[in-house]
Amino acid sequence: MTGEAPGNGTKHPTPLLDELESGPWPSFVTGLKRLRDSGGKQYAAMMNDLLGQLEHSYTNRLGYWKGGTVSVFGYGGGVIPRFSEVAEKFPESKEFHTLRVQPPAGYHYTTDLLRKFCDVWEEHGSGLIALHGQSGDIMLQGCKTENVQKAFDAVNEMGFDLGGAGPALRTSMSCVGHARCEMSMYDEVKAHRSMINEFLDEMHRPSFPYKFKYKFSGCPNDCVNAIHRADFAVIGTWRDDMKVNQDEVKAYVAKQGRKYTIDHVIAMCPTRALSLNDDDTLDVDNRSCVRCMHCLNVMNKALAPGDDRGATILIGGKRSLKVGDLMGTMVVPFFKLQTDEDYEELVEFARTIMEFFAENALEHERIGETIDRIGLPTFLKGVGIEPDPNMVKHPRTSSYVRTDDFTDEADKYFERKAREQAAE
Amino acid sequence: MTDAQTAKKPRLPDEHGVPDPFPFMHPLLKKNYGNWDWHDRPRPGVLHHVSKSGDEVWTVRAGTQRQMDVGTIRKLCDIADTVGEGYVRFTTRSNIEFMVGDFSKVPALISALGAEGFPVGGTGNSVSMISHTQGWLHCDIPGTDASGVVKSLMDMMHHEFTHEEMPNRVRITTSCCQINCGGQGDIAINVQYTKPPKINHDLVANVCERPAVVARCPVAAIRPALVDGKPSLEVDEKKCVCCGACYPPCPPMQINGADSTRIAIWVGGKHSNARSKPTFHKLVVANLPNNAPRWPEVEEVVRKILYAYKDNAKHFERMGEWIDRIGWPRFFELTGLAFTKHHIDTWVGARHNMNMSAHVRF
Ligand code: HEM
Ligand code: SF4
Ligand code: SF4
Repeated sequence: MTGEAPGNGTKHPTPLLDELESGPWPSFVTGLKRLRDSGGKQYAAMMNDLLGQLEHSYTNRLGYWKGGTVSVFGYGGGVIPRFSEVAEKFPESKEFHTLRVQPPAGYHYTTDLLRKFCDVWEEHGSGLIALHGQSGDIMLQGCKTENVQKAFDAVNEMGFDLGGAGPALRTSMSCVGHARCEMSMYDEVKAHRSMINEFLDEMHRPSFPYKFKYKFSGCPNDCVNAIHRADFAVIGTWRDDMKVNQDEVKAYVAKQGRKYTIDHVIAMCPTRALSLNDDDTLDVDNRSCVRCMHCLNVMNKALAPGDDRGATILIGGKRSLKVGDLMGTMVVPFFKLQTDEDYEELVEFARTIMEFFAENALEHERIGETIDRIGLPTFLKGVGIEPDPNMVKHPRTSSYVRTDDFTDEADKYFERKAREQAAE
Repeated sequence: MTDAQTAKKPRLPDEHGVPDPFPFMHPLLKKNYGNWDWHDRPRPGVLHHVSKSGDEVWTVRAGTQRQMDVGTIRKLCDIADTVGEGYVRFTTRSNIEFMVGDFSKVPALISALGAEGFPVGGTGNSVSMISHTQGWLHCDIPGTDASGVVKSLMDMMHHEFTHEEMPNRVRITTSCCQINCGGQGDIAINVQYTKPPKINHDLVANVCERPAVVARCPVAAIRPALVDGKPSLEVDEKKCVCCGACYPPCPPMQINGADSTRIAIWVGGKHSNARSKPTFHKLVVANLPNNAPRWPEVEEVVRKILYAYKDNAKHFERMGEWIDRIGWPRFFELTGLAFTKHHIDTWVGARHNMNMSAHVRF
């Protein structure tokens, strides 16, 4: 009976979903119906019942999917199993699994590649693709159990691989960065691919205490929202002075006006690091600049990051479950990322952090929660990082701490500073 | 091994990992990789990037419905092949971008997209596409259908997507459960459960790993119990914060209800470091009905907040920065929303969120 509309060939009525077809924004309902009405396609009946179940959800305001176990040969994760709880009413969509597929870093596609995905999903799946999931995957949504392996094989033959699910390394995401953005301070594609591809085993065969996510943003504008959503956020920054093209500054002031420039650039610098001179050139107090990006964003032609480039690494971001949202916090103020060796070191650093996570996190604990439980100093010691004042908003305000080795720690600090100075 | 056995042996995966994007990248982006100099926006929805080599590329950005049928994807491909240059990319908010090396191709792209109903915009100080989770279409624990909420809201905000009239960019997110798979946003529209889980005691023993479920609760409200002689779990309803954390590992602890699953709206989240530090969004309204298919009550509140911001914030102030300047009393006044005891944080670290000063606004 594949290909035909359900049983007696009638379409489920969808009066509530129909209301989502009006209005100017593209409608996903119209797309679902197009799949249902595709005549001879193998998924037409499935999509009719899917629409029926979705309408049933809209009517009762409840969801009707449950999980289960479905995977592909050789992998423990990457497929999200969905079985219908109302399959007696909607039998054709009783299995509606999702394959999470990792996209090219930076989400670049040729039309040829997109068409290939469409062909595969038309043959083995529902014809419904989400671009992209919140973690960053291509989500091939809606596959019968018997077709999961076939769909995966076809995608895998194209050179694509499943993403993460469960207590594992998850699919990552990087901003457009180097490919089309002048703010980008490191090679996001290189970082993204060399990190994730080094640890694929952790993605495909879940064995972590809980999920672990990386995200890569080329600058502190953080276009992929790494700080809130990544256990390990790599955010580009620079260490030397920003570059100022004074002619372009003058041109900007001439165009926008002095008051506008002062109100919207100078006065909006969070650390008062900017000053407009009487001749409409700009002074930058680079030691006070916190690399927030505002002035560079606004005076795009006049200002640019310096040449000593790398990334800030923040650890421990996550969304609500279960202790509430956690923001990533600074663990490495500056990780130089220019030579191949720098990128190799980044991979080794990531390995250290993930090993610490694997060994020390409790079951179902994200690394941010682990750090809260054991304290940042213990975490730093565990991963071999020295404390740095950039890691805190301000030093502690509570006196309840044992400080009998304070002098030794201070000596270490001065020795380290002397070493760093000698190295420069 | 016999032939029959080898034929049956499943294929081992090639562990490709993250694919190399360069074969799929627009040639000008590839050529100027890491060498861009500056950019501007000739009009909403269009970016113009200039490389240090002098090369220029124009990008036309358009909104999509994110869950796309193959017909829609092929239509976008047809547009890229006929009036574009065959290369596209997606943003983290599910907008599609068409790159071309010649400005003269931009008008044709814009009109082709318009003719097929794809709004061109989402750049600069606009309201971009709502980054969102899934919902009833596919999730196993959803309280609502994020796709429907997003469609309804983007219809309402269509003008704000296609124009750059906001004080700064507005980034909105939705989540269809309280795990909050969606991100932080200037405005966030998230499910908020209002009742403790309803337990089907017949199923708990078979379906749930009870110690794991007990451990999952953030406020230790769950304990093992014998109910009608069967091992099950019970919830101290006075302690329960209705977070739903127990529901995914134990589906017989149903957290959703047709009327008790509600929607809350939050404001002032920001991930960029520009000017102020990144922030989390804060609660402004709870208990809005989960009113499918169009969520008019949610739309009304989002509209109020959005336009209070548009009318009152200064250029470059994000939602949260605007509120930092004018203060929460004025925010509630300008939006006509209520401030209640539920806005006062009671979670870990709550004290840091109180006003520990004599600063006061009247
Ligand atoms: C069991 C039910 C769950 C379902 C069905 C679900 C579904 C999803 C889906 C489809 C995505 C997008 C994935 C992608 O792009 O590949 C996602 C992302 C996400 N999930 Fe879940 N999820 C579940 C549980 C959780 C839990 C328990 C948490 C929190 C601890 C969580 C936190 C997140 C976050 C934060 C994201 C966004 C991620 C990011 O930006 O990296 N989810 N989820
Ligand atoms: S995060 Fe920074 S480098 Fe990356 S695309 Fe955004 S502005 Fe550009
Ligand atoms: S980048 Fe930010 S902190 Fe630095 S000078 Fe510019 S506005 Fe100030």
